[in-house]
Amino acid sequence: MVGKSLLKRLDWLSVFIYLALLAIGWVNIYSSTFTDTDASIFDFGTLHGKQLFFIGASFVSIIIIMALEAGFYERFSSLLYVIAMVLLLGLFPFGKTIAGATSWYDLGFINLQPSELAKAATALALAKYLSDIQTDIKRRKDQLYAFLVLLIPAILIVPQPDPGSAMVFFAMAFVIFREGLPLYYLGIFLLAILIFVATLMFGTIWVGISLALLIILFLLLKKKTFKVPIFPMASVVVVAILFSLSVNFVFNNVFEQRHRDRFSLWLRLEKDPAKLEKIRKTIGYNTYQSEKAIESGGFFGKGFLEGTRTKGDFVPEQHSDYIFTTIGEEWGFVGTTTVVLLFTLLLLRLVYLAERQKNPFSRMYGYGVISILFVHYFVNIGMVIGLLPTVGIPLPFSSYGGSSMLGFTALLFIFLKLDSNRLKEGF
Amino acid sequence: MKKILLSSIIIIIGITFIGRLSYLQIFSFSPDQVLEDPAIKAIYDYPERGYIYDRNGKLLVGNDPAYDVMVIPREVKPLDTLEFCSLLDIDIEKFRKQLRRARIYSPRLPSVLVHQLSKEDYARLQEKMRRYPGFYIQKRSLRYYDMKAGANVLGYISEVNERDLRKNPYYVQGELTGRTGVEKVYEDTLRGRKGVQYIQKDRFNRDIGKYKDGLLDVQPVQGKEISLTIDKDLQEYGELLMNGKWGGVVAIEPTSGEILTMISGPTYDPSLLVGRKRSANYSKLHYDSISKPTFDRSISFEKSPGSPFKAINALIALQEGAITPSTTFTCYHGFYIGRNKKGCHCGGGTRRLNDGIYKSCNAYFVGAYKKLFEQFDSNAKAMDVWEKHVRSFGLGSYLGSDLHTGRPGSVPSTALYNKWYGEGDSRWSAVTTYSNAIGQGEVNVTPIQLANMTAAIANRGFYYTPHILKKVDGEDISDPKFVKPKYTTIDKRHFEPVIQGMAEVYKRGTAQYIQVPDIEIAGKTGTVENFMVIDTVRTQLTDNSVFVAFAPVDKPKIAIAVYIQNGYYGARYAGHIASLLIEKYLKGEITRKDLEKRMLERTLESEYAKPYSGEEFKINEYDWSKHAIKPEKEKDTISSR
Repeated sequence: MVGKSLLKRLDWLSVFIYLALLAIGWVNIYSSTFTDTDASIFDFGTLHGKQLFFIGASFVSIIIIMALEAGFYERFSSLLYVIAMVLLLGLFPFGKTIAGATSWYDLGFINLQPSELAKAATALALAKYLSDIQTDIKRRKDQLYAFLVLLIPAILIVPQPDPGSAMVFFAMAFVIFREGLPLYYLGIFLLAILIFVATLMFGTIWVGISLALLIILFLLLKKKTFKVPIFPMASVVVVAILFSLSVNFVFNNVFEQRHRDRFSLWLRLEKDPAKLEKIRKTIGYNTYQSEKAIESGGFFGKGFLEGTRTKGDFVPEQHSDYIFTTIGEEWGFVGTTTVVLLFTLLLLRLVYLAERQKNPFSRMYGYGVISILFVHYFVNIGMVIGLLPTVGIPLPFSSYGGSSMLGFTALLFIFLKLDSNRLKEGF
Repeated sequence: MKKILLSSIIIIIGITFIGRLSYLQIFSFSPDQVLEDPAIKAIYDYPERGYIYDRNGKLLVGNDPAYDVMVIPREVKPLDTLEFCSLLDIDIEKFRKQLRRARIYSPRLPSVLVHQLSKEDYARLQEKMRRYPGFYIQKRSLRYYDMKAGANVLGYISEVNERDLRKNPYYVQGELTGRTGVEKVYEDTLRGRKGVQYIQKDRFNRDIGKYKDGLLDVQPVQGKEISLTIDKDLQEYGELLMNGKWGGVVAIEPTSGEILTMISGPTYDPSLLVGRKRSANYSKLHYDSISKPTFDRSISFEKSPGSPFKAINALIALQEGAITPSTTFTCYHGFYIGRNKKGCHCGGGTRRLNDGIYKSCNAYFVGAYKKLFEQFDSNAKAMDVWEKHVRSFGLGSYLGSDLHTGRPGSVPSTALYNKWYGEGDSRWSAVTTYSNAIGQGEVNVTPIQLANMTAAIANRGFYYTPHILKKVDGEDISDPKFVKPKYTTIDKRHFEPVIQGMAEVYKRGTAQYIQVPDIEIAGKTGTVENFMVIDTVRTQLTDNSVFVAFAPVDKPKIAIAVYIQNGYYGARYAGHIASLLIEKYLKGEITRKDLEKRMLERTLESEYAKPYSGEEFKINEYDWSKHAIKPEKEKDTISSR
C-alpha cells in the first residue's frame, strides 16, 4: 500500500506545474529547432527528439527517486556530495570541451554535465550539515564550514569556465540565512552591491556625499535618547568609501573588456547614444535580438512555428538559455506571463511546503531547492528580457539539455519525496 | 520575518518581470512588417513594362534587354584578373575599385560591377561567366525608343527617390518609375505589378526556405500596352520643322479631342535619357536654363494669345447682341484710347466682321469690345459675362487632360481689375481693359489651350477634353471625361460668320501666301508683342509668331495651334509650320517643297542669342536672310532638334 499512499501524499500542484513547464519547454524547443523537413518528433537526431528522450529519462528517474526510502537521501547525502565533487574534479583530466567550456563527460550517446547534478547533491549536503545536531549556525566556525560546502563546487566550476553555474551555489547561502545566520551579512552583501553599482554609475564622490547625507539625516531624525555608536558608524563609512574607491580600480584593471562592456550595457554607463547602440548590437547582440524578438511577439504572439526571428535563428542558443525568447515571440505576452506566473506559483508553493516540514533536514533541503530554482529563473529571464547582464544559465525544466533536465527533476522530486514522507518522520 | 522575506522577493520579482514584459510586448510592441522583418527577404519578379504605340499602331516605345554584371564579393574566388578584365573590357584599376566598393556595401549581397553590357558583349560573356564564381549576369529591361521625337510626350523613367518611396509604399529602393509625360501619367498601367516571393533567412542572411510556404507570395501582373492619340509621322515631321525654333505646337482632332501631336521646341532625343550616359545627358538638359529643353512649352508656356483670340471676342459680341456680322467700325489706321492713338496694320477703312477678322483689324475688335460693355449696366457685369464666355472655351483652366503637367493660363476677372484699379464704374472700363479685345493684356494661354479653343470653334460650339491616351491593351478608352463633349456658352449659329472670316484669312487675308492646295483651311494669325527684362531694363523682343487653324473647314479633322517665340508676324513661322503640318496630316505628303525647305532650314537661333549678346539689337527684322542657316557644322543634338 506504500505506492497508493505515496500517490495520495504527493504534492500534485508542484507536479502539475513541473509538467506544464516541461511541456511548454518542449513545444518551444520543437519550434526553435524546426526545419521544415518533416522529421518525426521521435527522431533522436533532432534536438527536440533528444529532449523528448531526456524527458522520458527524467520520468524514469522520478520513479527511482520515489521508490527509494526517504531516509536514503539524508543518510547518503554526504556520499552523493563527495561523488559529485569527484565528478567535477574528474573534468580536469577527462572533460570534453564544448563551446570553450570543459563542462561535460562524453558518454558516447549523450554528454553529461556534472555541475547540473552537483546542484542537487550540494543542496542535500548543506541541509545535512546544517541539520546536524552538532552544528550551531551562530558559531563562526560552523558558518565557515557551511559556506565551504557551497564554495568547493563553485571553485571547481569557475575554471571550466562556467561562472554562471558557480554563482548558483552561492544562492544557496539563503538556506544558511533561513537557518539563523544574522541578516546583517546579507545587509553588508547588498550594500556592497549597491555601492558597486552606484560607484560605476555616479562615481566615488557622489557615493561619499550620499553616505554623508544619509548619516546627517539619521542624526537629525534619531531619538534624543538613542546613543550614537560613533566608532562603528565611522568605520562603516570609511570602509564603504575605500570599497567604492577600489571598485573603479577593480573595474578598470581586474575585469576584462567583455565584462566591462556587459556592465556598461546593463547600467547604460555609455552616454553616447551612437556608441551605446553599437555595444547593443555587438556585445549586447544576444540581448538585443532577444528583446526585439520578444517585443515583436506582441500580446498574443505570432503563433506556433510562426516566429520569423526564431526560425531565422537570430537569437543564438534559442533552444537552451534563450528558450524564453521563443515563448515571447510565438506566444506573446500571454505565453511569457504564463511562464512567469507558473514559476512564481511553484516557488511560493515550495516555500509553503518547506515551511510545513517537521524534519529540519527536509526544510533546509527545501530551501536549497527553492534557492537554486529561484536564481535560475530570476537570472535567466532577467537576462533574456534585458534586465540583467548576460549570464549563461538555463531556465529550469524548459531549456534544452539532458543534464540540467535530470538535475532539476532530481532536485525537485527528492524534495517532493521528502515532503510526502513528512508525517512519518515523528515515528 | 525571514519567512515572509523569500515569498515577498519571489512575488516582487514576478511583478517586475511582468511589468518589463508588458513594457516590451504591449507598450513598445512593434509587429514585424513582412518587409521590415530582418528574417524575411523579399525577392521581386518584375514584369515587362508595357509598350507604347501611336494612334496608327506604330511602335513608339519598347523595351530593350540590358545586362549588368553582378558580383557577390564573398563568393569570389581568386581569379585571373587580367583575363577577366579584358573579357569585360574594363581596366584593372576600375575593376578593383568596384570590387572594393561592393565589398564595403555588403560581402553577401549582390552589387553591380559593370552596368548595361551590350547584347554582343552579353553573348560573348554568357558562356564564360561560369568560370568566375561570385560573378553573374543580371538581365534588366530598359526603355527603347523607336522614335527620335516626342520626348515631352513620352517622358522618361528613372529610379524612385525618397519622396516617391514615402508617397507610394508600392515602390522599393532601386525600382524605376515614370518621371514625366505618359510614363508618369500611366505609370500604373504600363508598370503592371511586380511579383514577390518571401524567403525566410537566418542570421547569416542565408535562405532557409519559403516564408509561410509561399502563402503571401504574389504573382507578377504584366504591364499593359497602350496606344497614344499621337500620330508618329506628324510628331516627327513637326519636330523637324521646329528645328532651331522655340515654342509649342499642338494639334487636336476636333471630333474626339485626341491630341495628334504635341511639340515643344527645343526638345531632345528621348533615348538620351536611357543607358550608361543617362545622368550626364540629364544634367546637360536640366541645367540649360536658357533654352530649357526639358520645359514642355506645348502645355506649360503661358503667353498672350494675340489675334487668334479676336475670334473669341467676335463670338462673345455676337452672342450678347453687341454686334451683328454687318456691324461696322472704322479704322483710322488705328484707333484712339483717350487721346492716345494705337496703331493697326489692316490698311484702314470701314470694317465688318468678315474683313475685321481676315485683316485682323485692331480697331474693329476694340470697337466691338467697347460695344459689348455698353450692353450692360456696369463694367463689372460686362466683365463677368465676358469672363464666363472666355472660360467656356477651356481657357484659364488646366483643361482636365491626362497630361502630366501643364499651366492654367489666366483669364482676367472683375475681381482682378477691382483689385488693380478699385471698385466702381469710374475706376475702370472697356477702355482700361481694351488689350483683352486684341488678345494682349491680361489673357494668357498655353499652346494646348489655343488648339483646344480652335477645336471648339471648328466644332461650332463644343470640344472634347484633349487627351493623349487612345487605347489600353487594344481597347478604346471610355472615360466619360474624354468622350463626352463640353459645350461653350456661344450658340452654334454665331460660329458660321466667324469661321467664314477665318477661312478668308487664307483666301485673301494675312495668310494668303501659305495656302494649301485643295484643302480649305480656316485660320487666324497672331503677332504678339513680348518683353524680357535684360539687366533690369524691360526690353521689347521680336514679336512672337502665333497661328491657329483647322481644316477642312466643313468637316474639321485637325485643329492646330502654333506658337513660335520671336518668330515675328503670325504667318511667318507659325503660319508656315501650321500649313505644312495640316497638309502632312491630311494628305500625307508635302506639295510645296520650297516652303518646306525654308522651314526645315531656317532657325531662329540668332534671334534667341540677341538678348544674351550684351549688345544693342534690332527687333522685328524683316529680312529672311538674317535667319539663314548657319554654316553646316556639328550641331549639338540636344538644342538643335
